[in-house]
Amino acid sequence: MDPSFATEPSSGGLKLRLKGRWTIDAPGLEAQANALLTIAANQHSLILDLSALTAMDTAGAWLIDRATNAAAKTGDEAKIEGATSAQEILLQEARYRSFEKAEPQRGSALVALLTTVGRGVAGIVDDLHAGVIFLGQIVNALLQIARKPSRLRMTSVVFHLDSFGLRALPIITLINFLVGCIVAQQGVFQLQRFGAATFAVDLIGILVLRELAVLLTSIMVAGRSGSAITAEIGAMKMREEIDALRVMGLDPVEVLVVPRFLALLIALPLLTFVADMAAIFGGLVVGWAYGGISPATFIARLQNAIALNTFLVGLIKAPFMAGVIALISAVEGFSVQGSAESLGNRVTASVVKAIFMVIVIDGLFAMFFATIKY
Amino acid sequence: MSDTAPITAPSDAIAIRARGVEVGFGSRLILRGLDLDVMRGEVLGFVGGSGTGKSVLTRAILGLVKKSAGQIQLFGQDLDALPPRERQEVERRCGVLFQQGALFSGLTVLQNVQVPMREYLNLSQGLMDELARLKIAMVGLRPDAADKFPSELSGGMIKRAALARALALDPDILFLDEPTSGLDPIGAAEFDELIATLQKTLGLTVFMVTHDLGSLYSICDRIAALADGKVIAAGTVAEMLASEHPWVRSYFHGKRAAQMTPP
Repeated sequence: MDPSFATEPSSGGLKLRLKGRWTIDAPGLEAQANALLTIAANQHSLILDLSALTAMDTAGAWLIDRATNAAAKTGDEAKIEGATSAQEILLQEARYRSFEKAEPQRGSALVALLTTVGRGVAGIVDDLHAGVIFLGQIVNALLQIARKPSRLRMTSVVFHLDSFGLRALPIITLINFLVGCIVAQQGVFQLQRFGAATFAVDLIGILVLRELAVLLTSIMVAGRSGSAITAEIGAMKMREEIDALRVMGLDPVEVLVVPRFLALLIALPLLTFVADMAAIFGGLVVGWAYGGISPATFIARLQNAIALNTFLVGLIKAPFMAGVIALISAVEGFSVQGSAESLGNRVTASVVKAIFMVIVIDGLFAMFFATIKY
Repeated sequence: MSDTAPITAPSDAIAIRARGVEVGFGSRLILRGLDLDVMRGEVLGFVGGSGTGKSVLTRAILGLVKKSAGQIQLFGQDLDALPPRERQEVERRCGVLFQQGALFSGLTVLQNVQVPMREYLNLSQGLMDELARLKIAMVGLRPDAADKFPSELSGGMIKRAALARALALDPDILFLDEPTSGLDPIGAAEFDELIATLQKTLGLTVFMVTHDLGSLYSICDRIAALADGKVIAAGTVAEMLASEHPWVRSYFHGKRAAQMTPP
């Protein structure tokens, strides 16, 4: 039965007879309770008769007590009648108490905007600061290891080499092969108009080796392995595992970051080499099938178009990319706070920042190599 | 003993009825044909050594782990056989306090308590706020804890906040997984008292996995002991103290138990 109440005049004042189930899941409980409160607040003496109640839970008890409380404030009498002893205990346990509401602080929108912008700018400085400190810690840990090589956790390095390198091989090969195909197709298609379709080989060779392979591989690794590093370290931070390492006298940077850093440093150049080969092979396939450039011609042209330095320019960038990815993902992992939401935010930030920095570094290298004419 | 559990009792007097429950992980069987009855309105304390499957049974009753054999009825209904909607109706009548609290880390304590209210009930935000604050006050948290995030709370406060969430809908049955572990003795006693009051006034059924002899002695109507994947003994404190089973004997007559006096 739904909650309800009926008014009855009595000698002691107004008598309200409550009926039905006054429980939190009863439909219409809130409306009935509000109606009860309105009557109670305007009444000088009030009697609540609970004898016809079929059920009452803490929510019901609280709402009933709220009404008697309001009545007691205005008048001098507010009584409860017909309550069983269990109901009396419940009314006491879930008695009405007022809760001060924390007023949400409201400032002007302009101030809020400026605050947000200021925080953002300060955040960039903080990131830079944290990154430099962290780099220092990694170098320090590496020096310690250099002095005593047995401190290097070889098992961990090999494990991460497997997950960052070997397991990334299929996807890296595939996307670079496809990009090689696309570049070749566009190259042949656009250059045909000038009767220079074979120059597509030069385009593929230079573009892929200098820029595309290393860039795509780094972006893929940032998304794939950088996010994993942040999530792993972040989850360990949340579960106090990092603190456990610290109190055992182990340096979390040495135990957790250095193996991942070294693994990425080794894996990314290797992956870049595979990416180079896959993209050029993709170019060769499309050049042959679509542009009618035979593999023999392709190879011959390629040898003319590129030199060892073309290949090296791409490869030299790989360890820098790896370092930046490892650094950013580890810093973000260590800055995870207690909540699952913060873990998600940090992983997102890690991937976005790592990809951004990869592209920035690629641009810087492009300028550098152009200046030294390499 | 388990086979003396009153199977003859009318089915509406039984809140949880488990028959021949088997749960295993891989080839290892944790529960081997477990039988258990929890009466309506009683506080059942569930004891057993570490790793004997106390939490697994709780999770099996709640349908969180699959059982390979047997049947579990909640309020006379087999959760596995129910269509999703009715299953939800039954689940709504359960409040669960997980061992680690399992508060949603992205929400404040107040929002955590409101999650079940928001999902199932049609209440105004103002009333939900006040009811949630009432629950938070009832479990003995200070009012300022309401606006904190779980990561800002101590272990004991997390337990209390999780209890407040478990009580949000005034459930008919409350599952408590080691509720007093991590609480100071005063806090644990208050916790026990609150459970006892709610059980008396609301007719709450409580299924409590615990190692706290204080809780067992002070608020449990019956105690069931789990070993070898079965309920090896069940009964009142007096019956458990008189039990001949070696594990039960060492549990209730061990050094720790000797320092406590049963009521």
